[in-house]
Amino acid sequence: MSTLSVEEPEQAESRVHYLNVHYGVKSWLLTTDHKRIALLYLASITLFFLVGGSAAVLIRMNLLTPTGLLVEPATYNKLFSIHGIVMVFFFLIPSIPAVLGNFLVPLMIGARDLAFPKLNLLSWYVYIVGGLFTLYAVIAGGVDTGWTFYAPYSSTYSNTHVMAAALGVFITGFSSILTGLNFIVTIHKMRAPGMTWFRLPLFIWAMYATSVIFILGTPVIGITILLIALERAAHLGIFNPALGGDPLLFQHLFWFYSHPAVYIMILPAMGVESELITCFSKKRIFGYSFVAMSSLAIALLGFLVWAHHMFVAGVSMYAGMVFSILSYLVAVPSSVKVFNWTATLYKGSISYEAPMLYGMGFIGLFSMGGVTGMFLASLGMDVHVHDTYFVIAHFHYIMVGGAVMAYLGGIHFWWPKISGRMYPEGWARFSALIIFLGFNLTFFPQYILGYLGMPRRYPVYPPEFQVLNVMSTAGASILGVGYLIPLIYLIWSMRYGPVASSNPWGAKGLEWQAPSPPPTDNFEETPVVTAQAYDYPSREVEVA
Amino acid sequence: MKHHVIHPGTYFLVFFTLLILTGVTTVVGFYDLGRWNTVVALAIAVCKATLVVLFFMHLRYSSALPRLVMLGGLFWLALLIGLTLVDNLTRVWDSNPRGWETTSSSVQRP
Ligand SMILES: [Cu+2]
Repeated sequence: MSTLSVEEPEQAESRVHYLNVHYGVKSWLLTTDHKRIALLYLASITLFFLVGGSAAVLIRMNLLTPTGLLVEPATYNKLFSIHGIVMVFFFLIPSIPAVLGNFLVPLMIGARDLAFPKLNLLSWYVYIVGGLFTLYAVIAGGVDTGWTFYAPYSSTYSNTHVMAAALGVFITGFSSILTGLNFIVTIHKMRAPGMTWFRLPLFIWAMYATSVIFILGTPVIGITILLIALERAAHLGIFNPALGGDPLLFQHLFWFYSHPAVYIMILPAMGVESELITCFSKKRIFGYSFVAMSSLAIALLGFLVWAHHMFVAGVSMYAGMVFSILSYLVAVPSSVKVFNWTATLYKGSISYEAPMLYGMGFIGLFSMGGVTGMFLASLGMDVHVHDTYFVIAHFHYIMVGGAVMAYLGGIHFWWPKISGRMYPEGWARFSALIIFLGFNLTFFPQYILGYLGMPRRYPVYPPEFQVLNVMSTAGASILGVGYLIPLIYLIWSMRYGPVASSNPWGAKGLEWQAPSPPPTDNFEETPVVTAQAYDYPSREVEVA
Repeated sequence: MKHHVIHPGTYFLVFFTLLILTGVTTVVGFYDLGRWNTVVALAIAVCKATLVVLFFMHLRYSSALPRLVMLGGLFWLALLIGLTLVDNLTRVWDSNPRGWETTSSSVQRP
């Protein structure tokens, strides 16, 4: 990690910042600086992304042929389980909040750190301990329940390493709770003078809404996993009907957290998106308060829709109708955001730097994921495509096309602030483009496959589905290359990239007033806020 | 932030009340009250939790924000239980499933 701090001689004398203030492994592992903890998270989630990504590569390779190219069916079950568990709990959920959120929340509100710096470091350690449990489960022989851990299979029948993997998820949950708690208290109590609630950047509103879900949802998945453990170890009848339990109770409890967990992934992405769109069209966001309030609305409504995962699982018809209507409802605040971003672009001075390419990709891919989500929310359609590749395509458009695109856009956007260096713009635009193409080639065929009836989680398929599956695997290879290129040039740029100014994009927001990279205390003097967020000069004024 | 000083006697009083309620739970456990078993046990538990929240967690003396947090937590718990019951209370319980071929008219409600 100390290589991070090596600087060119001409600026080495310049000043002390958070990267070069201390050296050595200990200064990183014992740091309470929110910016350094963000980098600890960045390194760890990248590692987990590679683990989950390798599983995805093997899955797609196996699906090249109708009979399964590589692995035994039992191994295939373990591959998609580990892909899901690692990507959801160890990459997507912590991605934007724990990396960009940790780095930016204090900077954006004009604070010197989060409210509880030690708790922040603890949350990283808790995350790592949870991760080690899960990695142990992988190395010891894997887990085959899918990321959903459905009972009674997980609680009674599976003889793979369910407990290690589930405990990993249980432990990591506490890291989410601590992060959420830290953000909420920080946003309430540590805003700079003049930083009123309705002057907050929309990224902060998104982080606030996400933190609410962290705190209110995560305990439920924790309890659910404990109940699985109780049934597995003590044979207490909770989910297994043979013991007097109700398997649907597991699904209710699981999705009470895991549907909102999707909003843990997408709300932060929407926050990043608002920052990208305003900066690269140099305009104030259209309908600030609507975008801010829609984040809170999503956090609340996201908790009312979970049983749309259970329409064919045996819930009552009445419950199906209630949850179907509620699921349609949650599309309203999401659409408000999409329309408002589009309206922000209108008559803006748009430029297409790499972060904006990701930002534009996000709008399109998220919209497609969202609209197909409406298909799935309707009872009749869901019966037809439930547990098919249509669902797989839908949620990958949200989680990868939405959340990962925004995460990469955000990483590029704030990279000058994080590292003090610029990345190579040409390479960045190139990789943004091939990620977009590779992504669509991977997942669009899956919509068709699902609509034609190919079920998810099967290692084999009828021969007539092969062309679409080969297209999907080809797309995945392109996508994989697209992800590796930024990994390489971002690491390269830490040492060789051109030195970044404090505000290379001409963006508004307090984080751009701090030097790049910021000193440990962020601001030499506490900033005083006198203007609304995204206070870009309006174009009419410029022309006149 | 103003700090409310609480007399140690209050803590002891609450503590002994909690002990007494624990005793009541234990004693009630020896009697079979039929369908009221759960109701009584939960009612006592709610009383105890309320005492802990109000006095040990200082909610009685705190400002609006912590109270809002508390209410938010309870509201979310209500969502979890309430919406789960939307399914549970309206589900068709078939105590003797004969497979999906049988016509639905033969399914009996409990
Ligand atoms: Cu859902």
